[in-house]
Amino acid sequence: MSVSNVEAPGAPVTRQRFAPVAQLGTAALVLIVVGGVYMASYAPRRPPLTAPICLAAASAALLLVNVVMLFRTRGLAWDKFFLVGRWTLLSYVIAAGLIEFAFVHNHTRGGPLVVLTAMLVLFALDVPLIISYTVARYQSAPSRAG
Amino acid sequence: MTDTRVDALSTGAAAELATATGQGGSPGALGPPRPVIQIVPLKGLPVVAVVLGFLVASIGFNWQWGIDFNHVAGGGLWTGIDLFVGLVVGPILGRMSIPARAEFSARFMPKMVLIMPTLVAMTLASGYQLALDLGNLKASSPNHSWLIVSFIVVGVMAVVALGLLEPANIAVLFEMRKPRPDGEVIAKLMKRFIYTAGITGLMQVATLIIMTRVASQ
Repeated sequence: MSVSNVEAPGAPVTRQRFAPVAQLGTAALVLIVVGGVYMASYAPRRPPLTAPICLAAASAALLLVNVVMLFRTRGLAWDKFFLVGRWTLLSYVIAAGLIEFAFVHNHTRGGPLVVLTAMLVLFALDVPLIISYTVARYQSAPSRAG
Repeated sequence: MTDTRVDALSTGAAAELATATGQGGSPGALGPPRPVIQIVPLKGLPVVAVVLGFLVASIGFNWQWGIDFNHVAGGGLWTGIDLFVGLVVGPILGRMSIPARAEFSARFMPKMVLIMPTLVAMTLASGYQLALDLGNLKASSPNHSWLIVSFIVVGVMAVVALGLLEPANIAVLFEMRKPRPDGEVIAKLMKRFIYTAGITGLMQVATLIIMTRVASQ
Protein backbone atom coordinates (compact mmCIF):
# COMPACT_ATOMS: atom_id res chain seq x y z
CA MET A 1 0.00 0.00 0.00
CA SER A 2 2.96 2.26 0.51
CA VAL A 3 3.86 4.29 -2.56
CA SER A 4 6.36 6.73 -1.17
CA ASN A 5 9.09 4.83 0.54
CA VAL A 6 12.06 6.46 -1.14
CA GLU A 7 14.26 7.90 1.55
CA ALA A 8 15.80 11.18 0.50
CA PRO A 9 17.46 13.27 3.16
CA GLY A 10 15.99 16.74 3.22
CA ALA A 11 13.10 15.78 0.99
CA PRO A 12 9.62 16.84 2.03
CA VAL A 13 7.89 14.51 4.43
CA THR A 14 4.82 12.88 2.90
CA ARG A 15 2.27 10.42 4.19
CA GLN A 16 1.91 6.89 3.00
CA ARG A 17 -1.03 6.19 0.75
CA PHE A 18 -3.27 3.71 2.49
CA ALA A 19 -6.03 1.46 1.23
CA PRO A 20 -9.52 3.04 1.30
CA VAL A 21 -10.53 1.14 4.44
CA ALA A 22 -12.40 4.08 5.98
CA GLN A 23 -14.28 4.79 2.75
CA LEU A 24 -15.32 1.16 2.30
CA GLY A 25 -16.26 1.01 5.97
CA THR A 26 -18.49 4.04 5.52
CA ALA A 27 -20.08 2.40 2.47
CA ALA A 28 -20.76 -0.71 4.59
CA LEU A 29 -22.25 1.53 7.27
CA VAL A 30 -24.55 3.17 4.70
CA LEU A 31 -25.89 -0.27 3.70
CA ILE A 32 -26.55 -1.17 7.33
CA VAL A 33 -28.28 2.14 8.00
CA VAL A 34 -30.47 1.76 4.90
CA GLY A 35 -31.38 -1.77 5.99
CA GLY A 36 -32.12 -0.59 9.51
CA VAL A 37 -34.32 2.28 8.32
CA TYR A 38 -36.13 -0.09 5.95
CA MET A 39 -36.88 -2.56 8.76
CA ALA A 40 -37.83 0.10 11.29
CA SER A 41 -40.21 1.70 8.80
CA TYR A 42 -42.36 -1.46 8.90
CA ALA A 43 -42.64 -1.53 12.71
CA PRO A 44 -44.76 -2.78 14.38
CA ARG A 45 -45.51 -5.04 11.37
CA ARG A 46 -43.20 -7.83 10.23
CA PRO A 47 -40.97 -6.41 7.47
CA PRO A 48 -40.20 -8.24 4.22
CA LEU A 49 -36.68 -9.60 4.70
CA THR A 50 -35.30 -9.91 1.16
CA ALA A 51 -34.00 -6.35 0.90
CA PRO A 52 -32.51 -6.22 4.42
CA ILE A 53 -30.81 -9.61 3.91
CA CYS A 54 -29.29 -8.39 0.61
CA LEU A 55 -28.15 -5.15 2.24
CA ALA A 56 -26.65 -6.99 5.22
CA ALA A 57 -24.91 -9.48 2.92
CA ALA A 58 -23.46 -6.66 0.81
CA SER A 59 -22.32 -4.89 3.94
CA ALA A 60 -20.72 -8.08 5.28
CA ALA A 61 -18.92 -8.58 1.97
CA LEU A 62 -17.56 -5.02 2.10
CA LEU A 63 -16.48 -5.54 5.69
CA LEU A 64 -14.70 -8.76 4.75
CA VAL A 65 -12.88 -7.06 1.87
CA ASN A 66 -12.01 -4.28 4.27
CA VAL A 67 -10.51 -6.64 6.84
CA VAL A 68 -8.43 -8.35 4.15
CA MET A 69 -7.16 -4.99 2.87
CA LEU A 70 -6.50 -3.86 6.41
CA PHE A 71 -4.28 -6.79 7.28
CA ARG A 72 -2.35 -6.35 4.05
CA THR A 73 -1.60 -2.74 4.95
CA ARG A 74 2.02 -2.04 5.77
CA GLY A 75 3.21 0.71 8.02
CA LEU A 76 -0.02 1.10 9.96
CA ALA A 77 0.38 2.00 13.65
CA TRP A 78 -1.05 -1.33 14.80
CA ASP A 79 -0.58 -0.55 18.49
CA LYS A 80 -2.84 2.49 18.13
CA PHE A 81 -5.24 0.52 15.93
CA PHE A 82 -5.77 -2.12 18.60
CA LEU A 83 -5.77 0.41 21.45
CA VAL A 84 -8.56 2.46 19.87
CA GLY A 85 -10.21 -0.62 18.41
CA ARG A 86 -10.84 -2.43 21.66
CA TRP A 87 -12.37 0.57 23.43
CA THR A 88 -14.52 1.64 20.51
CA LEU A 89 -15.57 -1.99 20.04
CA LEU A 90 -16.68 -2.07 23.66
CA SER A 91 -18.67 1.14 23.30
CA TYR A 92 -20.34 0.06 20.05
CA VAL A 93 -21.16 -3.39 21.42
CA ILE A 94 -22.97 -1.56 24.24
CA ALA A 95 -24.72 0.70 21.70
CA ALA A 96 -25.72 -2.28 19.55
CA GLY A 97 -26.93 -4.06 22.69
CA LEU A 98 -29.14 -1.08 23.53
CA ILE A 99 -30.69 -1.15 20.06
CA GLU A 100 -31.18 -4.93 20.26
CA PHE A 101 -32.82 -4.50 23.66
CA ALA A 102 -35.24 -1.90 22.23
CA PHE A 103 -36.33 -4.25 19.45
CA VAL A 104 -36.58 -7.36 21.65
CA HIS A 105 -38.56 -5.35 24.18
CA ASN A 106 -40.97 -4.49 21.38
CA HIS A 107 -41.53 -8.14 20.50
CA THR A 108 -39.31 -8.42 17.43
CA ARG A 109 -38.91 -12.17 16.99
CA GLY A 110 -37.85 -14.83 14.49
CA GLY A 111 -36.41 -13.89 11.09
CA PRO A 112 -36.53 -10.11 11.57
CA LEU A 113 -34.65 -10.43 14.87
CA VAL A 114 -31.98 -12.61 13.26
CA VAL A 115 -31.48 -10.13 10.39
CA LEU A 116 -31.50 -7.21 12.81
CA THR A 117 -28.94 -8.92 15.05
CA ALA A 118 -26.71 -9.61 12.06
CA MET A 119 -26.93 -5.94 11.09
CA LEU A 120 -26.09 -4.87 14.62
CA VAL A 121 -23.08 -7.19 14.69
CA LEU A 122 -21.88 -5.63 11.43
CA PHE A 123 -22.51 -2.16 12.86
CA ALA A 124 -20.60 -2.96 16.06
CA LEU A 125 -17.63 -4.22 14.03
CA ASP A 126 -17.68 -1.67 11.24
CA VAL A 127 -17.73 1.62 13.17
CA PRO A 128 -14.80 0.70 15.47
CA LEU A 129 -12.91 -0.42 12.37
CA ILE A 130 -13.43 2.98 10.72
CA ILE A 131 -12.46 4.89 13.86
CA SER A 132 -9.42 2.85 14.81
CA TYR A 133 -8.16 2.75 11.23
CA THR A 134 -8.53 6.53 10.86
CA VAL A 135 -6.55 7.06 14.06
CA ALA A 136 -3.89 4.47 13.21
CA ARG A 137 -3.22 5.66 9.67
CA TYR A 138 -2.42 9.16 10.89
CA GLN A 139 -0.30 7.80 13.73
CA SER A 140 1.88 5.91 11.29
CA ALA A 141 5.42 7.11 10.80
CA PRO A 142 5.59 9.45 7.79
CA SER A 143 7.93 8.51 5.00
CA ARG A 144 10.12 10.80 2.97
CA ALA A 145 9.47 11.25 -0.73
CA GLY A 146 11.90 12.44 -3.30
CA MET B 1 -22.36 13.58 16.29
CA THR B 2 -19.82 16.19 17.09
CA ASP B 3 -20.69 18.93 14.68
CA THR B 4 -17.73 21.03 15.69
CA ARG B 5 -17.47 23.51 12.86
CA VAL B 6 -13.92 24.68 13.04
CA ASP B 7 -12.18 26.43 10.21
CA ALA B 8 -9.42 24.39 8.75
CA LEU B 9 -5.99 24.99 10.06
CA SER B 10 -4.07 25.86 6.97
CA THR B 11 -0.89 24.07 6.17
CA GLY B 12 1.00 27.28 6.65
CA ALA B 13 -0.35 27.53 10.16
CA ALA B 14 1.27 24.27 11.18
CA ALA B 15 4.17 26.05 12.81
CA GLU B 16 1.82 28.26 14.80
CA LEU B 17 -0.15 25.23 15.87
CA ALA B 18 3.05 23.51 16.87
CA THR B 19 3.84 26.47 19.08
CA ALA B 20 0.36 26.38 20.57
CA THR B 21 0.64 22.71 21.35
CA GLY B 22 4.10 23.03 22.82
CA GLN B 23 6.10 21.73 19.89
CA GLY B 24 9.56 23.09 19.40
CA GLY B 25 11.48 25.52 21.50
CA SER B 26 11.81 25.28 25.20
CA PRO B 27 8.67 24.17 27.01
CA GLY B 28 6.74 27.08 28.30
CA ALA B 29 8.81 29.60 26.44
CA LEU B 30 6.35 29.95 23.56
CA GLY B 31 2.61 30.35 23.97
CA PRO B 32 0.44 29.12 26.83
CA PRO B 33 1.14 25.81 28.58
CA ARG B 34 -0.04 22.88 26.54
CA PRO B 35 -3.28 21.36 27.87
CA VAL B 36 -3.15 17.68 28.75
CA ILE B 37 -5.59 15.93 26.43
CA GLN B 38 -7.64 13.06 27.76
CA ILE B 39 -9.37 11.56 24.74
CA VAL B 40 -12.25 10.10 26.75
CA PRO B 41 -12.90 12.11 29.94
CA LEU B 42 -13.09 9.27 32.45
CA LYS B 43 -14.89 11.39 35.05
CA GLY B 44 -17.83 11.62 32.66
CA LEU B 45 -18.27 7.87 32.26
CA PRO B 46 -20.32 7.36 35.46
CA VAL B 47 -22.69 10.12 34.31
CA VAL B 48 -23.07 8.40 30.95
CA ALA B 49 -23.72 5.09 32.72
CA VAL B 50 -26.43 6.68 34.88
CA VAL B 51 -28.10 8.32 31.88
CA LEU B 52 -28.07 5.09 29.85
CA GLY B 53 -29.29 3.13 32.88
CA PHE B 54 -32.18 5.57 33.21
CA LEU B 55 -32.91 5.16 29.51
CA VAL B 56 -32.95 1.36 29.68
CA ALA B 57 -35.09 1.40 32.83
CA SER B 58 -37.57 3.84 31.27
CA ILE B 59 -38.01 1.63 28.22
CA GLY B 60 -37.85 -1.65 30.15
CA PHE B 61 -40.51 -0.64 32.67
CA ASN B 62 -42.57 1.33 30.12
CA TRP B 63 -42.14 4.43 32.25
CA GLN B 64 -43.92 7.03 30.16
CA TRP B 65 -42.45 10.09 31.85
CA GLY B 66 -38.94 8.65 31.57
CA ILE B 67 -39.42 7.91 27.87
CA ASP B 68 -40.78 11.42 27.26
CA PHE B 69 -37.97 12.97 29.29
CA ASN B 70 -35.25 11.08 27.43
CA HIS B 71 -36.70 11.99 24.05
CA VAL B 72 -37.44 15.65 24.74
CA ALA B 73 -34.31 16.41 26.79
CA GLY B 74 -31.97 14.32 24.63
CA GLY B 75 -33.43 15.54 21.34
CA GLY B 76 -33.53 19.18 22.41
CA LEU B 77 -29.94 19.13 23.56
CA TRP B 78 -28.72 17.16 20.52
CA THR B 79 -30.33 19.53 18.03
CA GLY B 80 -29.48 22.61 20.10
CA ILE B 81 -25.83 21.72 20.57
CA ASP B 82 -25.40 20.74 16.92
CA LEU B 83 -26.90 24.00 15.65
CA PHE B 84 -25.25 26.18 18.30
CA VAL B 85 -21.81 24.72 17.68
CA GLY B 86 -22.25 24.80 13.91
CA LEU B 87 -23.76 28.26 13.60
CA VAL B 88 -22.37 30.15 16.60
CA VAL B 89 -19.25 28.53 18.09
CA GLY B 90 -17.76 27.40 14.76
CA PRO B 91 -17.65 30.84 13.08
CA ILE B 92 -16.31 32.45 16.29
CA LEU B 93 -13.65 29.78 16.52
CA GLY B 94 -12.75 30.37 12.90
CA ARG B 95 -11.82 33.99 13.70
CA MET B 96 -9.66 33.08 16.70
CA SER B 97 -5.91 32.67 16.59
CA ILE B 98 -4.57 29.21 15.79
CA PRO B 99 -3.19 28.70 19.34
CA ALA B 100 -6.55 29.68 20.83
CA ARG B 101 -8.35 27.34 18.44
CA ALA B 102 -6.01 24.49 19.30
CA GLU B 103 -6.45 25.05 23.02
CA PHE B 104 -10.24 25.31 22.72
CA SER B 105 -10.44 22.15 20.62
CA ALA B 106 -8.20 20.24 23.02
CA ARG B 107 -10.62 20.97 25.85
CA PHE B 108 -13.87 20.88 23.89
CA MET B 109 -13.61 17.83 21.67
CA PRO B 110 -13.04 15.20 24.40
CA LYS B 111 -16.26 16.32 26.08
CA MET B 112 -18.13 15.95 22.82
CA VAL B 113 -16.84 12.35 22.56
CA LEU B 114 -19.05 11.53 25.56
CA ILE B 115 -21.89 14.04 25.33
CA MET B 116 -23.09 13.57 21.77
CA PRO B 117 -23.33 9.74 21.59
CA THR B 118 -25.15 9.77 24.92
CA LEU B 119 -27.67 12.35 23.71
CA VAL B 120 -28.15 10.47 20.45
CA ALA B 121 -28.79 7.18 22.29
CA MET B 122 -31.27 8.90 24.64
CA THR B 123 -33.15 10.51 21.77
CA LEU B 124 -33.34 7.64 19.34
CA ALA B 125 -34.10 4.78 21.71
CA SER B 126 -36.83 6.70 23.52
CA GLY B 127 -38.13 8.18 20.26
CA TYR B 128 -38.62 4.76 18.70
CA GLN B 129 -40.39 3.58 21.85
CA LEU B 130 -42.55 6.68 21.94
CA ALA B 131 -43.53 6.26 18.29
CA LEU B 132 -44.57 2.65 18.93
CA ASP B 133 -46.47 3.49 22.11
CA LEU B 134 -48.37 6.36 20.50
CA GLY B 135 -49.14 4.34 17.37
CA ASN B 136 -47.34 6.84 15.16
CA LEU B 137 -45.51 4.07 13.32
CA LYS B 138 -48.69 2.34 12.19
CA ALA B 139 -49.21 2.68 8.45
CA SER B 140 -52.64 4.19 9.11
CA SER B 141 -51.22 6.99 11.28
CA PRO B 142 -50.99 10.46 9.68
CA ASN B 143 -47.53 10.68 11.25
CA HIS B 144 -46.23 7.48 9.65
CA SER B 145 -44.67 9.11 6.60
CA TRP B 146 -43.19 11.93 8.70
CA LEU B 147 -41.51 9.38 10.94
CA ILE B 148 -40.09 7.50 7.97
CA VAL B 149 -38.60 10.78 6.77
CA SER B 150 -37.18 11.33 10.26
CA PHE B 151 -35.59 7.84 10.13
CA ILE B 152 -33.91 8.83 6.87
CA VAL B 153 -32.75 12.13 8.37
CA VAL B 154 -31.31 10.29 11.36
CA GLY B 155 -29.71 7.76 9.00
CA VAL B 156 -27.94 10.53 7.10
CA MET B 157 -26.75 12.11 10.35
CA ALA B 158 -25.59 8.71 11.64
CA VAL B 159 -23.47 8.07 8.56
CA VAL B 160 -21.95 11.56 8.71
CA ALA B 161 -21.30 11.31 12.44
CA LEU B 162 -20.07 7.72 12.69
CA GLY B 163 -18.36 7.42 9.33
CA LEU B 164 -16.74 10.84 9.09
CA LEU B 165 -16.85 13.06 12.16
CA GLU B 166 -16.20 10.74 15.08
CA PRO B 167 -13.15 9.10 13.46
CA ALA B 168 -11.79 12.56 12.60
CA ASN B 169 -12.49 13.86 16.11
CA ILE B 170 -10.60 11.02 17.78
CA ALA B 171 -7.77 11.10 15.23
CA VAL B 172 -7.31 14.85 15.84
CA LEU B 173 -7.14 14.27 19.59
CA PHE B 174 -4.52 11.58 19.12
CA GLU B 175 -2.55 13.89 16.85
CA MET B 176 -2.71 16.71 19.40
CA ARG B 177 -1.34 14.41 22.10
CA LYS B 178 1.84 13.84 20.11
CA PRO B 179 5.01 15.63 21.22
CA ARG B 180 5.13 17.10 17.73
CA PRO B 181 1.58 17.37 16.32
CA ASP B 182 1.35 17.53 12.55
CA GLY B 183 -0.63 20.67 11.69
CA GLU B 184 -1.20 19.36 8.17
CA VAL B 185 -2.90 16.22 9.47
CA ILE B 186 -5.08 18.22 11.87
CA ALA B 187 -6.01 20.64 9.08
CA LYS B 188 -6.95 17.76 6.77
CA LEU B 189 -9.10 16.05 9.38
CA MET B 190 -10.78 19.26 10.53
CA LYS B 191 -11.93 19.98 6.97
CA ARG B 192 -14.47 17.20 7.43
CA PHE B 193 -16.26 19.27 10.06
CA ILE B 194 -16.62 22.19 7.67
CA TYR B 195 -17.75 20.08 4.71
CA THR B 196 -20.40 18.30 6.77
CA ALA B 197 -21.59 21.24 8.90
CA GLY B 198 -24.12 22.23 6.24
CA ILE B 199 -25.52 18.71 5.95
CA THR B 200 -25.85 18.34 9.72
CA GLY B 201 -27.44 21.79 10.08
CA LEU B 202 -29.93 21.02 7.31
CA MET B 203 -30.81 17.66 8.87
CA GLN B 204 -31.31 19.23 12.29
CA VAL B 205 -33.63 21.90 10.89
CA ALA B 206 -35.53 19.11 9.09
CA THR B 207 -35.77 17.27 12.42
CA LEU B 208 -37.27 20.34 14.09
CA ILE B 209 -39.86 20.65 11.32
CA ILE B 210 -40.72 16.93 11.35
CA MET B 211 -40.98 16.64 15.13
CA THR B 212 -43.16 19.72 15.51
CA ARG B 213 -45.39 18.41 12.68
CA VAL B 214 -45.66 15.02 14.39
CA ALA B 215 -46.47 16.60 17.75
CA SER B 216 -49.19 18.81 16.29
CA GLN B 217 -51.08 16.16 14.26
